[in-house]
Amino acid sequence: MPLFERLYNFAHWLTQNREEAEDLVQETYAKALKGFPSFQPGTNFRAWIYQILRNTFLTSRTGLKSTATVPLDSENDQQIVPVAKDTPESILLQRSDQRVVQEALGRLPVPYREVLLLCEFEEMSYQEISATLSIPIGTVMSRLSRARRALRNAVQKLQEVG
Amino acid sequence: MACEAWTEKFDAYFDGELSIDEARACHEHLRQCADCAAEGLRLVQQRRAVQAAGQRFTPDPAFRARVQRSIAASRPSLWRRSWLPIFLAAAATLLIASSLLLVFQRDRRRDQQLLSELVDQHVATLASANPVDVVSTDRHTVKPWFEGKIPFTFNLPELQGSPFVLVGGRVSYLSQSPGAGLIFRVRQHQISVFIFQENGLREARDYEAFRSALSFEVRTWHHNGLRYFVIGDASGQDLDKLTELIKAAG
Repeated sequence: MPLFERLYNFAHWLTQNREEAEDLVQETYAKALKGFPSFQPGTNFRAWIYQILRNTFLTSRTGLKSTATVPLDSENDQQIVPVAKDTPESILLQRSDQRVVQEALGRLPVPYREVLLLCEFEEMSYQEISATLSIPIGTVMSRLSRARRALRNAVQKLQEVG
Repeated sequence: MACEAWTEKFDAYFDGELSIDEARACHEHLRQCADCAAEGLRLVQQRRAVQAAGQRFTPDPAFRARVQRSIAASRPSLWRRSWLPIFLAAAATLLIASSLLLVFQRDRRRDQQLLSELVDQHVATLASANPVDVVSTDRHTVKPWFEGKIPFTFNLPELQGSPFVLVGGRVSYLSQSPGAGLIFRVRQHQISVFIFQENGLREARDYEAFRSALSFEVRTWHHNGLRYFVIGDASGQDLDKLTELIKAAG
């Protein structure tokens, strides 16, 4: 089963729940098998199967709830948020803080969490992310920029708490 | 262009999504602006933190078996469909291709991680107020300083008559193995040379791919059980010359 481990990891990040992640992955494979004739050879298989998983998630109860409650302000302007000039010491994400980064990632709104994971963990290009999330490349860029800032803020908050 | 205009491009730069010309201009600015270099370092560290944190959940083997069974169970009825032999052939090809791609991508990711650790160390060293722990242009001072600090020894080249100057050294770590981190200067450029025991490192799949990273020039080779890395923003010819000198020192 191609991409099984990675799809499960991504599904778990989206759902934040083992049973729901398993259901999501199982349904994704079922849909992929059924819809394989619609897959165009030569196009990106990885983006195609991640798109199935993500669309399936969006129509699930958790998915509907997570996207209904997230205000992604003024994303349509596709403006990239300039980075803040904090002191490097205050914002360095140390390797040892993996637990904190995981906690912070888990607290991000789903659209931010998924775009960060697709870009930085799955190492997808903007083009692939655009295809997977069905959004324009400009929106991929602005969302990534906001997501990175949101992650930085979330990590800082967790580090302050302690 | 003001720094703010550059920082807007940093995400795309570190994601490898800028055109060659834009990336070159961005790299040049990063070289000249300490504030933006610190910001760049922070972005690279954040990316690595997410890469490490992203792998969190592993599927249960029983679940994998369940999915495999359900896929297998759905196959007999599908055989009746006329497109199915083609589908299965395509799926098998795709499966093999995907597996190969996965292996390749995993190896590539591992190589990239190793390379990005080295680039991080190079950038962090240059950004540090104390980039070296032993400050000396004399190879007979720098080499003995490492005695007892790292589990191997190495030779440093005679630099007289060459454009290179030894700045100093410090103990570095890669894949949790201690090694030597040396800094050389050529004109205004600083070049890092890292030396580690080959058997202490995660073996990279393709060292040939280590020619450049984030616009830094990179050279690597192994000799006598040691793995050498030369990293810097100087020209490729400069790195080649330094590489030859170090190799000649044996």
